[in-house]
Amino acid sequence: MSKTKDTFSLQFDTTWQYDAAPESASHIRLQKGYDLFIDNKFVPPADGKYFNTVNPSTGKKIAEIARASQADVDLAVQSARKALGPWQALSGASRGKYLFRIARLIQEREREFSVIESMDGGKPIRESKTIDVPLASAHFFYYAGWADKLEYAFPGRNPKPVGVAAQIIPWNFPLLMAAWKIAPALATGNTVVLKPAETTPLTALKLAEIIRDAGLPAGVVNILTGAGDTGAMMVEHPDIDKIAFTGSTEVGKLIQKRLAGTHKKLTLELGGKGANIILEDAAIDQAVEGIINGIYFNQGHVCCAGSRLLVQESVADLVIRKLKDRMETLIVGDPLDKNTDIGAINSAAQLKSIKKYLKKGLAEGTELYQSSCELPSGSGYWCRPSLFTNVAQSNTIVQEEIFGPVLTLQTFRTLEEALEKANNTFYGLSAGVWTDKGSKIFKMTSGLKAGIVWANTYNRFDPTSPFGGYKESGIGREGGLHGLASYIKFEDR
Amino acid sequence: MKSKNETSTGEVTKETSVKGRIAVSKTFKLYIGGQFPRTESGRYLPVQLIDGTTINTCHASGKDYRNAVVAARSAVNGWSSRSAYNRSQILYRMAEMLEGRKMQLATDLIQSGLSSNQANLELDDTIDRIVYYAGWCDKYTQVFSTVNPVATPHFNFSVPEPMGVVGIVYPSDVGLLSLVSHLMPVLAGANTAVLLLPPEATTWAINFAEVLETSDLPAGVVNVLTGLRSELIAHFASHLDVNAVIGVAGTPSEVRELQSTGAAHILRVVIRSGQLHPPDPYQIMDTQEVKTTWHPVGK
Repeated sequence: MSKTKDTFSLQFDTTWQYDAAPESASHIRLQKGYDLFIDNKFVPPADGKYFNTVNPSTGKKIAEIARASQADVDLAVQSARKALGPWQALSGASRGKYLFRIARLIQEREREFSVIESMDGGKPIRESKTIDVPLASAHFFYYAGWADKLEYAFPGRNPKPVGVAAQIIPWNFPLLMAAWKIAPALATGNTVVLKPAETTPLTALKLAEIIRDAGLPAGVVNILTGAGDTGAMMVEHPDIDKIAFTGSTEVGKLIQKRLAGTHKKLTLELGGKGANIILEDAAIDQAVEGIINGIYFNQGHVCCAGSRLLVQESVADLVIRKLKDRMETLIVGDPLDKNTDIGAINSAAQLKSIKKYLKKGLAEGTELYQSSCELPSGSGYWCRPSLFTNVAQSNTIVQEEIFGPVLTLQTFRTLEEALEKANNTFYGLSAGVWTDKGSKIFKMTSGLKAGIVWANTYNRFDPTSPFGGYKESGIGREGGLHGLASYIKFEDR
Repeated sequence: MKSKNETSTGEVTKETSVKGRIAVSKTFKLYIGGQFPRTESGRYLPVQLIDGTTINTCHASGKDYRNAVVAARSAVNGWSSRSAYNRSQILYRMAEMLEGRKMQLATDLIQSGLSSNQANLELDDTIDRIVYYAGWCDKYTQVFSTVNPVATPHFNFSVPEPMGVVGIVYPSDVGLLSLVSHLMPVLAGANTAVLLLPPEATTWAINFAEVLETSDLPAGVVNVLTGLRSELIAHFASHLDVNAVIGVAGTPSEVRELQSTGAAHILRVVIRSGQLHPPDPYQIMDTQEVKTTWHPVGK
């Protein structure tokens, strides 16, 4: 595909080319195979089955990973149950100290974790190094401090841990999601059984090493690897008190249904279709940067991605030109290269799903613009940054979560119309608004039905900041003071 | 001018006990969108009161429920965009109106089986409970909001926001105090509500709805249906325009129905026991979402 003629050509492709700037992987310690982490020991799976985790930028196997079956799930839950009493009996200050240790150990091994995260998941090293790994460590550090201060989080109440938590996390932020789940659960006195995603198990298993090295009492954290069926076994295990799931809305609904009539508490962080709204008085260049970051960050594998761009009609042409031009400068390439903006799509299955949506979008009569960038050769999974224009609210690509580097663009005239379009979806996770006028910021941010609203910024995360959705984007919050509520119960209720 | 209890000869009588006078009995209807319609289904459920008289209560249908949800949904914006101070005054007005109609509600409660003492206690507690939550309208956001000290140069804060339309399903032995204990946190939190009450509660529940109607509460903010839980629970669970359902003292199968059917649209299901709950601001949070807003701070 060629560049559009109406772009302001920035001439990035003239005489100077970027040299390859690969991050070395020579320092990382990876085994050929990984067992399950139960009761502070790596143990082989009961039925001896393993699967491969592959590097999505090469399609090549990195390591063999144990596949947990029912017997392993039983063992892990047993171990978490056994550990629960002593863990709760520990003072909050002591629990906190273990979490502080974990935070520090992650910091010490930040470089190794970043490289493995990018190898296993395909995300640019720049992102794993500056976002995923430091934030994971920060989450442990933040919740460590809560462990002995819970009475101040729920004044007038006596918060108690829920019990044994089963936690199932996705492949888009493997280590960070593990931290989001484990840190608040442990700080509040729960024990956990965590399952990383099938395609990205490595950093969770490396985290298991850290947990062991931190001297955490055996059984407080158990990590099981496997596919969806292992997750289902965890959800249905009768001795689980709490399920925390991050993933697709489809699976979230299944889990909520399975838990119906049981005592199990549930938090869900599900899909999204975030609207990113540019008003005519916005600082357009900054807004375009924000749009790019909103959708192409982490290949668009972000539940809160700003996947629907809404632009006020008067500036639409300008925004589209600048956006296309900026898209042309994005580098799709080796996740370990420091210049890479967009890494590898996480798996063959995900690439197939994205391509299905690209096709569907065209079939519904929209226009597709894709950057003309070079894609790496070889057998990795790649997708050009893509932009659909001439789309309608009812188009599949506007309504459904694509979870890839695919942006749709709609226009609006009034703020009310923008709010109407932004909110007209079953999702309600995130939204963005770009304007230089304070009163408009507050009008928009208070009118948007979404759990996280970014004004003049996008895709920012912090351990102190609650995260979670309205409507079909989930139930409950993770992060911040509000995130503690997901892991406690009040005795007098 | 003669007072209403004076006869033409000036003899004062008791209106209700005057010999030969035909008392005017009341038709009990539903309360939807600020009006008192009959059930669209035309069905009724007879209920016998303590004095032996039988009333025909409205046997609300799934269609009545949908109508009530439409009314509740259209009231969400107006109700939630009022100032918290104004909502607080309207809820306080409810207490004022109930205080003024204590006699009637006491009679209703006695007719439904309470002793005179119990009825008066129940009313006093109910009025006080309404005042308690009226006071929370402009305070819970302060108690449950946070300003979050993020590590990047951003201003970041989290505030509770109403979920929207909340269904409340009550058990057959519900009392007036229990009704308001579950309703008031929903209203204080700027949601609108659709209540399902058992036929046995009809007299006092619909007379209480008249209190609501005269309390400056905008039409549709509270809607009251009388009917059968076994029939309507599936509608409460499946309606896509309902954000949350509070199930009070549900049977295991009713709880399962709510959670299982509700899963199709990630319905927020709050299950509470039938025991009377003490005043509790945390119950307001049961029907609140938390919204977090970010904005850059200049360096």
